[in-house]
Amino acid sequence: MATPIEERGYAHPDVLVSTDWVEQHLKDPNVRVIESNEDTLLYASGHVPGAVHVDWTTDLNDQIRRDYITREGFEALMSKIGATNDTTVVFYGDKNNWWACYAFWVFQLFGHTKAKVMDGGRLKWEKEKRAMSRDIPTYAKTKYSAKDRLDAPHRAYRDDVQAHLRTQGQLVDVRSPEEYAGTRMHMPDYPNEGALRGGHIPGAKSVPWAKAINPDEGTFKPAADLKKLYLEDNQLSPDKATIAYCRIGERSSHTWFALKYLLGFSNIRNYDGSWTEWGNMVGVPIEK
Amino acid sequence: MPEKLQKVIDMFQMFDPADRTDMLLSYADQFQDVPPEIARRPFPKSHQVPQCESDAYVWAQKQADGTMTFYFAVENPSGISAKALATILDKTLSGLPASEIATVNCDIVEQIFRQNISMGKGMGLMAMVNAVQALARAAASNP
Repeated sequence: MATPIEERGYAHPDVLVSTDWVEQHLKDPNVRVIESNEDTLLYASGHVPGAVHVDWTTDLNDQIRRDYITREGFEALMSKIGATNDTTVVFYGDKNNWWACYAFWVFQLFGHTKAKVMDGGRLKWEKEKRAMSRDIPTYAKTKYSAKDRLDAPHRAYRDDVQAHLRTQGQLVDVRSPEEYAGTRMHMPDYPNEGALRGGHIPGAKSVPWAKAINPDEGTFKPAADLKKLYLEDNQLSPDKATIAYCRIGERSSHTWFALKYLLGFSNIRNYDGSWTEWGNMVGVPIEK
Repeated sequence: MPEKLQKVIDMFQMFDPADRTDMLLSYADQFQDVPPEIARRPFPKSHQVPQCESDAYVWAQKQADGTMTFYFAVENPSGISAKALATILDKTLSGLPASEIATVNCDIVEQIFRQNISMGKGMGLMAMVNAVQALARAAASNP
């Protein structure tokens, strides 16, 4: 019998699990639940029992260069959270799973494909009044053997985007309409992070990331709704090479997840340099 | 800077990140919702703090002796930081004259939260301080 998530018609429904599923696997030694938030206080204020915290700034990013951790860093992280190569990691977090999807995406750079996202994230778990804990779990350190980071299948650099432009590849700008239009240089209610120019990459379709979710409970919309949004209304094809971007690659990792796993886009990459890079580069084309 | 608030800031300055997190949670745990005699849901938008993703509201009452009392609501269940800040503002500013409260500025947010201030919430927390300051200024200018 199909689960409610399977009934939504996604291309790869196995990457999305329900809050029920997570609750049933809280003591499963082969599952590690990971909370990733924007708000660094949230995990400490209460989390899914047994969940570990992976912070996007301190755990996933290089602390000097603008880049992600190395293979050695990823191995150390996985060892610290008690995950082996066979552990299924399940991400959830605030902001309708922005940061959960971002962490999921970084994990894919290291080829850890036993990874899932808890549909609805922290919002749904809390709304359902499921158990929360302030206990920080400790797991025995593991010996994790990571592959070298392989960016190419999932990550686009600026040169990739410029080459993509020349071949008229699909681009999805997931920022707010005001950022896309260049009338606003930052997310609503967020500080300006320093882009010198406003607008969007030429040819990019404007599909704000949040259109993919049900705002009341943070769950992904069913495939039919997503198809209408991305394929019909915005004329994107799942078979064409596609790059998603936002400001630093966090909102666009949410869209990357939706397009790759829920709609089955075969060649979708996340441009994490995003507008904070493109909007500062000399000589690149910009549309308003 | 009001003395009680300065003491709290000085205390946060001494903390390491883990202690700061614990102390912020402790303040959040002490948060008290606006009493029904002051406001009932649905709260009027005129009391909503702009730019605050935690859906924070603030009210002020000026007492006969010229001092002020603040009340807060935080509607987003994930608004832990907003609850912590509301508690700090209430504990350190309620009971002071409006003119003294009006000197507080939003720099205190960075001084209190440090590494716990994230991109999205910093603006909202500063807006909470600005809202309190605006209420104090309005009260001070209407003796």
